[in-house]
Amino acid sequence: MLELKNITKRFGNKTIIDQLNLKVKDGEVLSIVGPSGAGKTTLLRCITGLEKVNAGEFFIDGQPFDPYTNRTNESVIGVVFQNFELFPNLTVMQNITLAPTMVLKQSADEAQKQAMALLTRLNLADHADQYPYELSGGQKQRVAIARALAMKPNVLCYDEPTSALDPNLRQEVEKLIMGLKADGMTQIVVTHDLTFAENIADEMFHVEPNKA
Amino acid sequence: MHYILEILPSLVSGAGMTLKIFIWTLIGSLPLGLVVGLGLISNIKPLQWLLHFYVWLMRGTPLLLQLIFVFYGLPLIGIVFPRYYAALFAFILNYAAYFAEIFRGGLQSIDNGQYESARVLRLSYGQTIRKIVIPQVIKIVLPSVGNEVINLVKDSSLVYVIGLGDLLRAGNVATARDVTLVPLVLVGVIYLLLTAVTTFVLGRIEKHYSYWK
Repeated sequence: MLELKNITKRFGNKTIIDQLNLKVKDGEVLSIVGPSGAGKTTLLRCITGLEKVNAGEFFIDGQPFDPYTNRTNESVIGVVFQNFELFPNLTVMQNITLAPTMVLKQSADEAQKQAMALLTRLNLADHADQYPYELSGGQKQRVAIARALAMKPNVLCYDEPTSALDPNLRQEVEKLIMGLKADGMTQIVVTHDLTFAENIADEMFHVEPNKA
Repeated sequence: MHYILEILPSLVSGAGMTLKIFIWTLIGSLPLGLVVGLGLISNIKPLQWLLHFYVWLMRGTPLLLQLIFVFYGLPLIGIVFPRYYAALFAFILNYAAYFAEIFRGGLQSIDNGQYESARVLRLSYGQTIRKIVIPQVIKIVLPSVGNEVINLVKDSSLVYVIGLGDLLRAGNVATARDVTLVPLVLVGVIYLLLTAVTTFVLGRIEKHYSYWK
């Protein structure tokens, strides 16, 4: 379980997130919704350790941890970015195996086997040797998911997973997220698309623009 | 024709010196330029100021002055370089400054999302630079670096001012001695050949990096 207690984030003297409390149970999907500018993405960036919070605590399974400084290989938060941010100079396979080999010190063999299993699972087995520019948006997103999963995260976060895709791909993303949920993956999805959020979520969290 | 064959050996040996300076300057200044380029975008202010000053100094004064300064000037304060090393020293420092600015531009054009996505995958800064940033930067900067490399072929002729026997000097000596234009024309042809080969090699390198976009 991931738990946020009294999280506060300010940019300058503008408070974006004020004393926020939030829980995500293991294996559940949490949708974070709200109008643009409300701080959804900022909240996700705090959870994923890309922004330093000004106050508050994070707990994973009851253990306190700081995503901003956390460098151990446990309590990992995986991220699928809005624009996927694949590494254009690496093949699909290399995109996925880079971090497991360099950070988790897996052998090349082991990492490739695991990557191939993920690619097969995500219907990408034929694309292992392609470069990101050769893929469609939906394929890039699945590679980004595989890349994040290869690090065996406790929680997988998505920033606006539908916004860079064709509208008719929305259901594909829903299926994907539900499929990972069936595997027991805890997921946090930031989106401004309410219908999409309701379709996938066990819990909804509404972020309101801070009036203060 | 007979005359050409007569002077060719001295020109070829001069071209050898030109090539030696060309290659060693590249080997020295490209890595140095990359390191300085990384320093230019670092968050350490004093380091930034120092490197900006270095780049300003190197780009703001003539390379010819720098050569003369190193070879004729520095001995006055007790620092003596042999001719050849004086030339390499000045060329490497000068070209590294230009390369640093090119690399800085390339480094800054890498989207912050790439660093963030490496960060959430827990790659270290060094791993991110090595595996993700530098390969992308190389591809971006190749055309500009190529420009400087071509310039270097010709700039190397400046070493004649400190008495090194390069290609231009060999041609100049022959022209002065034999009162004919032929050596200078030949020198021009050899420079053209050198830049043609360099251009070809640069093209191949660019092509090598075209496997991704």
